[in-house]
Amino acid sequence: MVEFLSFREGESTQEPAVTVESFTGQSNATAVRIEPGEDARELLPHLDRLSLVEVNFPGFGDGRGYSAARILREAGYTGELRAVGDVLVDQIVAMRRCGFDSFHPAKALDDAAVDRALNRYDDVYQKAIDGRTSIWAKRHPETHNG
Amino acid sequence: MYRYDSYDQAIVDARVEEFRDQTQRRLTGALTEDQFKPLRLMNGLYLQLHAYMLRVAIPYGTLSGKQMRKLGEIAGKYDKGYGHFTTRQNLQYNWIKLADAPDILAELAMVEMHAIQTSGNCIRNISSDQYAGVSADEVADPRPWAELLRQWSSFHPEFTYLPRKFKIAVIASDDDRAAMRLHDIGLKLVERDGVVGAEVYAGGGMGRTPMVAPLIRDFVAEDEIISYLEACLRVYNRYGRRDNKYKARIKILVHEIGVEEYKRQVEEEFAHMRALGLNPPVEELARIRDFFAAPAYESGLSEEIDRSDRAFALWVDRQVAAHKAPGYAIVNISLKPIDGIPGDASAEQMALVADLAETYSFDELRVTHAQNLVLPHVRKADLRAVWQKLVAAGLAEANLDLITDIIACPGLDYCALANARSIPLAQKIASRFAAAERQAEIGELKLKISGCINACGHHHAGHIGILGVDRRGVENFQLLLGGSGAEDASLGQITGPGFSEDGVVDAIEKVTDIYLAERESGERFLDTYRRIGMKPFKEAIYG
Repeated sequence: MVEFLSFREGESTQEPAVTVESFTGQSNATAVRIEPGEDARELLPHLDRLSLVEVNFPGFGDGRGYSAARILREAGYTGELRAVGDVLVDQIVAMRRCGFDSFHPAKALDDAAVDRALNRYDDVYQKAIDGRTSIWAKRHPETHNG
Repeated sequence: MYRYDSYDQAIVDARVEEFRDQTQRRLTGALTEDQFKPLRLMNGLYLQLHAYMLRVAIPYGTLSGKQMRKLGEIAGKYDKGYGHFTTRQNLQYNWIKLADAPDILAELAMVEMHAIQTSGNCIRNISSDQYAGVSADEVADPRPWAELLRQWSSFHPEFTYLPRKFKIAVIASDDDRAAMRLHDIGLKLVERDGVVGAEVYAGGGMGRTPMVAPLIRDFVAEDEIISYLEACLRVYNRYGRRDNKYKARIKILVHEIGVEEYKRQVEEEFAHMRALGLNPPVEELARIRDFFAAPAYESGLSEEIDRSDRAFALWVDRQVAAHKAPGYAIVNISLKPIDGIPGDASAEQMALVADLAETYSFDELRVTHAQNLVLPHVRKADLRAVWQKLVAAGLAEANLDLITDIIACPGLDYCALANARSIPLAQKIASRFAAAERQAEIGELKLKISGCINACGHHHAGHIGILGVDRRGVENFQLLLGGSGAEDASLGQITGPGFSEDGVVDAIEKVTDIYLAERESGERFLDTYRRIGMKPFKEAIYG
């Protein structure tokens, strides 16, 4: 079973994440946890001192964390972006596409199921933040958009 | 029609295998029902009162003869020999065994069909105008846009766990046949300075808080529509309510923060999104558009229709609409026989309609949001032959847009959410008004029935709407007047206290009697209602 999954090179950040409120109120923390309903854009002025952002999913059905992750990556955040909480195997692929590069699910995942999920779909229609070339772009290799 | 390439096919095939794996885990007990539920719901499989229901997507309501034939075969092989066409141009099978669901999806994949995102809190099947491509007044065929949106929304990484379901419609005519402004987002194609783009409406919907969508942008060019929609969805995903599922649709967000504030937030996000290169290459919409090129219409065809058979002439007058190509006609096939179930078709009827499409309509069919079917390109010279075959199959009812052309949800006969039965009521109303002369005398009257407040039967948008409720354990029916899902969209108003099943049929008769007494020349029921208001109707019903 997989307790922790990382797609990053090297060690993961071990520092405990603080709340957004305490992070923006102090200068030395380098890890923060975003809850659903908190605005990821509040972190944008501080991206250069962050090494870990945890996005909490208290329930798998609350999809706000997908937007939070993408907003951070779109703003150029390159540190670790970790999904924590009710993270299910069937969501790993979409989360990867939104920029998450590590996962700490509340319930450990089955290794084989994770492998199957990651290799299930060869291609994706849309451009996202993960750098995968969209089907739209593959159909028109002579162009640069999409 | 659009055809899958190897990319489209690979995605649908992979989905079949993924669902097979998930179903297998459920059947062996590795997944509990609670864990399986969100997975099956992403694929249109609902647990209903008596069995599983599988909802198959018919993207923008367009399908080929081969696809319709397959839908009929599945109905015969895995269901009780019929299927139900829905108000979102989909098809539902009501008697499915869980163990069969993966095989059904595999059969659908063989004909380039799927059930992806026909349920769940994600972007649902994109709906459109059943006359797309064949009506003379459209700016452009809306289906290439709808297909582009189908691809964009399929497994969208950011918008798969929205606050609530999300429905999009695309039209391109001034006549709205798709209830566009009753969708979460409605697009109406328009042309400005030689560029095709869309007017964007957001925050419409039915359910317990019906809203007609306001315009949020009067033009988005076709090469920016994806990034604009990403902006609309991101604002909704971040700020739509998640504390109460009945207040979670985008209409509540738009209403609570106000249209201007929603627009402002979308524009801000759009300004940001524009720089991210999210739009497909312009060549992609052009590639899709090529699939929807007009078929090879013959020229020099006769415009004559032999009207010597009275029953045929009546059917032509009611069911046939003008086609943009000379010598051709659009044929509406009623799925509303007087004693039938609105929107149901048997396996044999689906097979016959598939044959008709192949023989007479360039292998093309449409499904309408009013739960009927359309043969979009029939030579006028072939109308009689088509009609004869429809008569033999029990599909020649001539009641398009008349009082017996009832939209009804499956209701308490099938649905786990319903409070009341819709189907028997629809049948009673149809029987009461069955006489063809009487229906013709009343004229256009859109009657819509929902068996609960979720409004799947579009009762808010009916010229006459009926809402079934549960009153201390007894089915009770509220009556609404004055709704419209068309270009003159409006929401019906409740007349007053509700009725029993028979009582509501009597009340409808009183309502139509008042209309016939009060109408001025050329007025439809809806026009008379709008002119004279609720009062005379109310007095007749309750007086």
